Amino acid sequence: MFLLKLALRNITHAGLRTWLNVIVLSLAFVSIVLTEGLYDGMSEQVRDAEIDSNVGGGQFWQKKYDPFDPFSFEISHSEIPSDLNKEIERGNASPVLIVSAAIFPRHIIQSVRLKGIDPDQKIVNLPASILKEHSDTTSIPGFIGFRMAKSAGLHAGDYVSARWRNIKGTFDAGDIKIIKVIDINSPLIDKDQIWVPLEKLRKIMQAPGQASIIIVHKGITKIHTSSRDWVFKDRNFLLKDLNENINRKKVYSTFFYVILIGMALLAVFDTQVLSIFKRRKEMGTLMALGMTKWNVIVLFAIEGCLAGILAFIAGSLYGFPLLSYLANKGIILPRMIQQSQFAIGLTLYPKYGLRLYIVTSLILFVSVIVVSFLPTRRITKLKPTDALRGK
Amino acid sequence: MIDSKIIEVNNLIKDYSMGKQFFRALNGVNLSVNTGDFCGLVGPSGSGKTTLLNIIGALDNPTGGDAIVMDKSVNSLNHKEAAKLRNESIGFIFQTYNLLPVYTVFENVEFPLLLLKKNKTEREESVMRALEWVGLTDKANSKPNQLSGGESQRVAVARAMVKIPRIVLADEPTANLDAANSHNILKTMQRLNLELKTTFIFATHDEKVIGYLRRKVMLNDGKVIDDINLS
Repeated sequence: MFLLKLALRNITHAGLRTWLNVIVLSLAFVSIVLTEGLYDGMSEQVRDAEIDSNVGGGQFWQKKYDPFDPFSFEISHSEIPSDLNKEIERGNASPVLIVSAAIFPRHIIQSVRLKGIDPDQKIVNLPASILKEHSDTTSIPGFIGFRMAKSAGLHAGDYVSARWRNIKGTFDAGDIKIIKVIDINSPLIDKDQIWVPLEKLRKIMQAPGQASIIIVHKGITKIHTSSRDWVFKDRNFLLKDLNENINRKKVYSTFFYVILIGMALLAVFDTQVLSIFKRRKEMGTLMALGMTKWNVIVLFAIEGCLAGILAFIAGSLYGFPLLSYLANKGIILPRMIQQSQFAIGLTLYPKYGLRLYIVTSLILFVSVIVVSFLPTRRITKLKPTDALRGK
Repeated sequence: MIDSKIIEVNNLIKDYSMGKQFFRALNGVNLSVNTGDFCGLVGPSGSGKTTLLNIIGALDNPTGGDAIVMDKSVNSLNHKEAAKLRNESIGFIFQTYNLLPVYTVFENVEFPLLLLKKNKTEREESVMRALEWVGLTDKANSKPNQLSGGESQRVAVARAMVKIPRIVLADEPTANLDAANSHNILKTMQRLNLELKTTFIFATHDEKVIGYLRRKVMLNDGKVIDDINLS
């Protein structure tokens, strides 16, 4: 207790030396929480965006459907079984028909997927209802995401010629009018894809009542079907690639985390080492006044730890409002980042859990204790008479 | 208590290693100091004054012989016991004052009492009394960098005296002071020696200090060459 009081007195009286240490440590603390919060927020936002706009509560796939094999699209659709149809009528699921096609924007051929979606669906977060606003019967209405718009050079109001093969193998063609270019968070349902009305697509494909996949409402994780032609893919399966991608990026985040902690600890270590060199005479005086070497070691170690605690308090004082503000208002992202492979959205909302706060505080605090203590071991080798002379 | 033996040094030897060679700072010193003595170890630089003072103050161990301070052999003390001896019974005054720079005058003087775990009231009373002895009550809240050399050394005297130790060891206490401040400090120490019966041992070659001593122990090349009673 006595040493604690002395250490407290030393660091409160030390002025700039203490505050520089505290500022560096607190900045590291806030940066670590912010970085981890950004990463956690991004991961959660990406998952949510995928679930909202694409995955839902899971999907039924026509048994031949393979999203990575566009050639399979010709054969991977069939009539929706009656039990799943009932779920669709109840509003628990929504069918999507997927067809390979070629479009000719700017006189260049480009492979795309035409995706038929029910304009009245409320299962996924896509503005399908805008397809109902189209009254021109000579063209097919469609909407695209901004990634698709960029890659094809298409804008709202543009017409683009498309060619496809119907289920009888006959080539057919028509014009698609781009009703709107929308912000689709998930690149998985944006790139090389045009969303058109389901019934219109069924008609031109001569595939009435058929679908390639059926997306289940995100609040429902399991619907049963007796049909063997349809296979349920749960959310874990559908998010597997995304989760792996997130975990891969977690390694970089951890690396950054370690670098930030390392920088903070280096500041403490540097201050401690410098203190031990610069304050040798003071150590000698303390020993002459009756302190043991061990007392001096503990005193210096406590000073380092108190700097850690002060940094935690200072970091909380300015960090808490700052982090809360960012968590509520979010961080506006440049379009370039939105075009990445992650479905981040326009605004990134950091997410700080209590666990993140406590774990970061504990890691930083324990590390500060260790780093504060390590240089003080030199004091054991210090001779009081040399210390008094500042040697 | 007066005239009872408080320090006894027997055939004290201290060697310092300098690479493969040794330098003998003390070469068989014999000395005894009585309670209430106001004595000086006088001699040129390198004669062993500070080394002898450090060994008496349990800051250093001898290579040979023994120093018995208040019936305790310095040789046999471990770190903790040596610290306890310094804490309870010995006050140090240094040539460069060695005040703790981040503390105020009051806190510097209070420090030995904190180590002795005195309560707050006792500490405040003792500190103010010690500052009164050296005439610095008005500087209690000043920081060491706001003091002159003379004032700093007076704070160091107050810090050494605040716990009313049995022994005060002063290593060249006037070396950095002008004549007026030197006399002021020495008179203060002389008065405290008489009033409190504290034993003062100086390491010095300053003629001004020698003028106040009641006993002069002459050292040269690590040996006592003369021991003169001046009282």
